[in-house]
Amino acid sequence: MSTMIKMVRSLAAVAAVAIATPALAAGDPPHIERQQWSFAGPFGFFDRGQLQRGFKVYREVCSSCHGLRQVAFRTLAQDGGPSFTEEQAKQIASEYTVMDGPDDDGEMFERPAILADKFPSPFPNEQAARAANGGAYPPDFSLLAKARAAHRGFPWFVFDAFTQYQEQGPDYIYALLTHYPEEAPACLGEDFSGYYNPKFLGGSMPADCAHEHLTGGPIGMAPPLSEELVEYTDGTPMTVDQYARDVSAFMMWAAEPHLEERKKIGFRVMVFLIVFAGLLYFTKKKLWRNVEH
Amino acid sequence: MKEDATLAHNTDAEEPNRRDFLYIATGAMGVVGAGALVWPFIDQMNPDASALALASIEVDVSAVEEGQSITVKWRGKPVFIRNRTAVEVEEAQAVPLADLKDPIARNANLPADAEATDVNRGVEGKENWLVQVGICTHLGCVPIGDEGDFGGWFCPCHGSHYDTAGRIRKGPAPENLLIPPLEFVSDSTIKIG
Amino acid sequence: MAGHSNYVPQSAGAKWLESRLPVISLVRGSFVDFPTPKNLNYWWTFGGILFFILISQIITGIVLVMHYTPSTTAAFDSVEHIMRDVNFGWMLRYLHANGASMFFIAVYIHMFRGMYYGSYKAPREISWILGVIIFLIMMGTGFMGYVLPWGQMSFWGATVITNLFSAIPLVGDAIRTWLWGGFAVDNPTLNRFFSLHYLLPFMIFGVVILHVWAFHTTGNNNPTGVQPKTKQDTVPFHPYYTIKDLFAIIMFMILFAWFVFYVPNYMGHPDNYIEANPLVTPAHIVPEWYFLPFYAILRAVPDKLGGVVAMFGAIAILFVLPWLDTSKVRSGTYRPLFKQFFWIFALVCVALGYLGAMPAEGTYVILARICTVYYFAHFLIILPMLGFFEKPRPLPASISEAVLKGGSGKPAGAAAASETK
Repeated sequence: MSTMIKMVRSLAAVAAVAIATPALAAGDPPHIERQQWSFAGPFGFFDRGQLQRGFKVYREVCSSCHGLRQVAFRTLAQDGGPSFTEEQAKQIASEYTVMDGPDDDGEMFERPAILADKFPSPFPNEQAARAANGGAYPPDFSLLAKARAAHRGFPWFVFDAFTQYQEQGPDYIYALLTHYPEEAPACLGEDFSGYYNPKFLGGSMPADCAHEHLTGGPIGMAPPLSEELVEYTDGTPMTVDQYARDVSAFMMWAAEPHLEERKKIGFRVMVFLIVFAGLLYFTKKKLWRNVEH
Repeated sequence: MKEDATLAHNTDAEEPNRRDFLYIATGAMGVVGAGALVWPFIDQMNPDASALALASIEVDVSAVEEGQSITVKWRGKPVFIRNRTAVEVEEAQAVPLADLKDPIARNANLPADAEATDVNRGVEGKENWLVQVGICTHLGCVPIGDEGDFGGWFCPCHGSHYDTAGRIRKGPAPENLLIPPLEFVSDSTIKIG
Repeated sequence: MAGHSNYVPQSAGAKWLESRLPVISLVRGSFVDFPTPKNLNYWWTFGGILFFILISQIITGIVLVMHYTPSTTAAFDSVEHIMRDVNFGWMLRYLHANGASMFFIAVYIHMFRGMYYGSYKAPREISWILGVIIFLIMMGTGFMGYVLPWGQMSFWGATVITNLFSAIPLVGDAIRTWLWGGFAVDNPTLNRFFSLHYLLPFMIFGVVILHVWAFHTTGNNNPTGVQPKTKQDTVPFHPYYTIKDLFAIIMFMILFAWFVFYVPNYMGHPDNYIEANPLVTPAHIVPEWYFLPFYAILRAVPDKLGGVVAMFGAIAILFVLPWLDTSKVRSGTYRPLFKQFFWIFALVCVALGYLGAMPAEGTYVILARICTVYYFAHFLIILPMLGFFEKPRPLPASISEAVLKGGSGKPAGAAAASETK
């Protein structure tokens, strides 16, 4: 019996050690640097100016390929968002065309968008989008900031629950936008005409590159940003870095428009629960004071 | 708390205030928390942001000839927009207030006690236009146009008759047809809501 | 449940009701006057916590259904509609989604508490078995609930899990097609999952009542495992345990609120914010975290049918646990060897959970196999043999005696959570 116990114990010890050592399997996932965001942490809030700039970058650069189909124009003027005035939001909406109908003749017709409409997508469906983009599908932006994440191994993912690290999506988007290399790696071949991004999670590298330990992979999107591409009127530097930051923040808002409200209510709930728990603790002590337990 | 433990069995009578305060504070806190918790569960049934965004519509009425009407949908309900003939307007204006079952205009653009004269039912300066929510004030059916004893609307559900100004004249309905908030933003465009 | 009430109806109306439907004395007997061992520690509050979460899930679920559309074309967008437009919709959905995780955290603690203190042993076998049934229904409910948002993980999780049934010899394919109502996971599947996801929590509620009835018939177990002997060993449930449970529930709500308000997507998978696409499988399919240990067992066996049998066997073995443990001593507190094996077992379960989330390749598979073998060995070899080899510590004569000596009745790791005297 005691040998069996020993054997089992040593097995368990082996298992524990093996689990604690880092993973050996699969290709290396790209390292995504953690960024500073105004909306991180328990008191996080969106920087209005940043959201407005990010929206400008989206509109002038991204929106020709990427939709925003879950987002309604009215939310541009909503609390906790870019806080455009209602007039500005109406103006922005009217610059988009949406399909409506049928009219009295049974025909569909186009009209300028109103606040109640959602952003029209640049392509009518996925097939049309792929056909127009050489087979690549530009994903919709509405939820992208929550649908992408940096890879976090053990033990980091445990700490993330306590440090409230929830900005992996914007971190990833920012990293992707700012890490296009000057040239694609040679192992992709002489005639490689696409683009390579070391942070891209959706690509896979050909076998020729296996020994180079490259992360990421070929990506369908050309480097979208360049210096002074979008005009900022508030004096913010017009750099790729700043554009990437702003548009990532905007996408976080688009994916989680009630983030500010959530954190504000959360704080009140926390304060309430802690005080209530304290009172209950003393009430409980008082009730139990005569019971030896 | 420590003292309590050592005093053991006889604290009840000695410290009524402190004990009562603790119990009351805890209980009050619980009641407040429960109240705050209930609100989101009630409010979620109120109209959501997308429904509120559709609270007002603009309607082009340039194609509606005299004697014609159109029905548009506003807040999920039918709204009758009628370009009344001169005869209809005259008939409506000739009705003495005393003959009306409901003497109140029921016009959301006027004070709540405005009288149900034809002028108060129509649009100022454009009295040929009559815009009203097409819901019978009895139990919510949609009345039929150009029907009934008074040449206006007739509700088939329980037989309510409305005149050419949409006022209840006969039948179980208690009130005149409701006139929604509206304004002519141009000669041919009405904004409802 | 009844039989412990001190209730004597006073008013004429109460007498009238009592003689026709003794519901007041039933409730009082079960939750007011019910004699409860006075030494229950905070691990015992998880029953109350679970009841609270069950109610919370049912209420948030009912209101979410008011806004959700079960259809493959509208489900994903209707969830976004809840998140963006419905008043407090984001809060209700995050409460419900994280509530599922909280439910499983609490139920696993509750189960391990039962295992440590031998709460499954005679005469409480039925209560334990009913608990395992609740756990099974919970798993079904959680799985089907995860399908409803119709994201990529919803779709592919549903595909993988329903494909498990195709491993059954002869009728497997027919069963799978029957579950789907088609030739793949599609609209009929979503609709039936929605229907059952709404139904099952009420069945859980029903089984919970039986579960409570059963251990109220035998009396609660307690940290010493010694049955209460005199009135000195028990206190009435109210106010002693109502207040203690309420305090524990509020403490648990702090954890719950942390997730809902600060890291609401921590327990979820980013891929579920991508709408389901039957043509593209995500790179790594992982079930919700609470299924991971069982998922690891499934993948550890290099045979389709074998894997499915092992996975269901891992749950089924809990049903016979009361008869696998041969020890005469109930509480782990007085079982020095069992105590160590208990913690190794707990560690193995956590390890299986971790391995379930890792890709099924290389070292991970080997580790998963070792842990799977250990999991079953714990029930089939270690527990039966311990009863013969282990020399338990002397038991206290009564709960009161154990309490006066102090220090006993708490598991080694529980020091932080146990109350200070």
